[in-house]
Amino acid sequence: MESVMVILVGILVTVATYLILSRNLIRVILGTALLSHAVHLLILTMGSLKKGNVPLLSDSDGPYTDALPQALILTAIVISFAVTAFVLVLTFRTYGTNKTDDLQKLRGNADE
Amino acid sequence: MKINDVILRTVVKSVVFIVLTLGIYLFFAGHNAPGGGFIGGLVLASAVVLMYLAYDIETVQKTMPFDFKKVAAFGVLLATGTAIGSVLFDVPFLSHTDAYYTLPLLGKTHLTTVTIFEAGVALTVVGVVVTIILSISEEGEEQ
Amino acid sequence: MSNLLIAPMIIPIMTAVVLVFLRDNVRVQRIITLITMGGVTLISLFLLVEVQQNGIMRLDFSGWLPPFGILFVGDQLALLLVTVASIVTAACCIYAFSTIGEAHEKMFFYSFVLMLIAGVNGSFLTGDIFNLFVCFEVMLLASYVLVALGGGKRQLRESLKYVLINVVASWMFLVALAYLYGAIGTLNMAHISSRVMEAGQDPVLTTISLVFLIVFSLKAGLLLFFWLPGSYSVPPTSVAALFAALLTKVGMYALIRTFTLMFPLQQDITHTILAVMAVLTLIAGMAGAMGGRDIKTIATYNVIIGVGFIMLGVAIANEQAMMGVVYYLMHDMVAKALLFLCIGMMMYLTGETVVKNMSGLIRNYPLFGWLYFLGLCALVGIPPLSGFVGKVLIGQGAITGGHYVLLAIGFASSVVVLYSLLRIFLASFFGETIIVLEDEVPIRKGMMGSLLVLAACVIFLGLGANYMMPFVEAAAAVLVDPSIYIDAVLPQGND
Repeated sequence: MESVMVILVGILVTVATYLILSRNLIRVILGTALLSHAVHLLILTMGSLKKGNVPLLSDSDGPYTDALPQALILTAIVISFAVTAFVLVLTFRTYGTNKTDDLQKLRGNADE
Repeated sequence: MKINDVILRTVVKSVVFIVLTLGIYLFFAGHNAPGGGFIGGLVLASAVVLMYLAYDIETVQKTMPFDFKKVAAFGVLLATGTAIGSVLFDVPFLSHTDAYYTLPLLGKTHLTTVTIFEAGVALTVVGVVVTIILSISEEGEEQ
Repeated sequence: MSNLLIAPMIIPIMTAVVLVFLRDNVRVQRIITLITMGGVTLISLFLLVEVQQNGIMRLDFSGWLPPFGILFVGDQLALLLVTVASIVTAACCIYAFSTIGEAHEKMFFYSFVLMLIAGVNGSFLTGDIFNLFVCFEVMLLASYVLVALGGGKRQLRESLKYVLINVVASWMFLVALAYLYGAIGTLNMAHISSRVMEAGQDPVLTTISLVFLIVFSLKAGLLLFFWLPGSYSVPPTSVAALFAALLTKVGMYALIRTFTLMFPLQQDITHTILAVMAVLTLIAGMAGAMGGRDIKTIATYNVIIGVGFIMLGVAIANEQAMMGVVYYLMHDMVAKALLFLCIGMMMYLTGETVVKNMSGLIRNYPLFGWLYFLGLCALVGIPPLSGFVGKVLIGQGAITGGHYVLLAIGFASSVVVLYSLLRIFLASFFGETIIVLEDEVPIRKGMMGSLLVLAACVIFLGLGANYMMPFVEAAAAVLVDPSIYIDAVLPQGND
């Protein structure tokens, strides 16, 4: 199961890298969103995938699931949600003022 | 451009309440099942966004005259307030307490200060999501 | 008692939120911001003295003992940096009062500054590496908004790049965290350290530490600084000064913790790479500072030189060098803020950014001119100002360790700093004045006040080195011997 997950993470990262390297801003943002999904899966895999009871000592006598990766992922999801939302707003504004969403044209030059 | 959105509006009128109920259910379910402040807040926010989709911003503002930035700020204040409240009782920061009470109608109920913290989280999420959607849709106003 | 440790992070957050409700009342916003920053400074000073007397302090959130819960750890290094960061933020806010403009202030400018300092203080104080990630993100989100606020054409363009670079860097941070958790099974920094000490640092762990190196280098501007000149030159002066003073320092602090506390065992690999990166950073920074024609470029490349110099000290890694690193970190925060505020003031007064187009400023504004000269001397490291102590200590460390090449390049960078900044001083401050008396833009009291606060800090850090030394020695002792940190954090009898 772990190896399947790792391959999935690899595919997601590949797709995300392809998207990030494109010139269209929206595709870059989709790429960063995919990247964050990939890393969430990676954290889950790294915490080892196994079935178990809730990690409360009084409730059962094991085996327990490690709850920490899920807590980490929830935090990471919230953060990536906030960042993605902010980037979308920022992109919208940039598109509004610069009239382009092509990163090549957004390069700018030194003597401005 | 004026689009015919009678169906959308009619559906939204009833669906919004279902979504709001689901949001509140998820919020309370978070006590000991999947759910909680963040998810409940997201669902609540999606109900508000749905209303913005079906009606225009002015109409919704008339029925819900909140400044959603302030809703978010109030949420953060609530969450950090409960976190810092523990300092007053001389226990470590972020400590929470809980107890069982017998309430009229509800019977024996488990009450905890975590609920207040989660309510803060939910309000923050609602406020932030709606603010972001509004700042994309409203031309001219800054984010 | 130890609950006070959360104050440098939670007080700015709560104040930031309160300020949202006071949107239209700019005056009250300013007063509250200033009181908050003053209060945080006093609290962190108090904590610093407390820690010096009673040893390292820790705060377990909601009472979960380490390594299970998240926690804040106050050691001398963290608290020294928190104190200086709070002072610098207060000074930058004072500068902002009279320059930033009502439009910014109504767009929650002070709220975001307070969020930024909350993230910075949290990053310094946290004892849990995932919590470090969260505090980093708080700081970065606030900095994204601060870069973009105002919304000029060029500003939005540069801030978009800044955000995207940092999003990818944060992603790599998470990847490194995932591997670290998979390899060691803990995220408490002291616990990681004790496990690494026990089991040794095998190649997997060294690789993970190198991923962390890349992540933090991106944030600190160590070698991977290609994003830095663009994004530091677009925001308003007070924001640029805040960034130059704080953001790279947080990255460097994380690097220091990574390679002194968590992964200190494979020094011949990691510290060699650090040394090479530091030297390359210094060389690139020197080239940029010498070649720059406008004052903003010269100032940003001076930030990069500062990063390179501090990382030299980290790479040398003996006790004297570490003392130098701690001292130079504090000095660099204050002096870079002073430099950026001076540069901003020059642009405010003349409306120019190119060195050649300015001249004779010192005739119109003598006090300002000499304050700039003071900042210059401090950055170069002329005694008795603040830069001197740090440079001497890092130099002594290099000699003790026998790293003569690093020593030579480090001190060559001082000469370049002197050249680049003196060039501005000679060309722009001396010579025929270009501003006639009638056109003279008056310097507001607040602007001068913030410069004076920073100048006082520079002088105190230089002349008061005797008072600072016990703290700096204790901070360096923790960096050289991680077991002090581990013993203070982990309860006894627990792995």
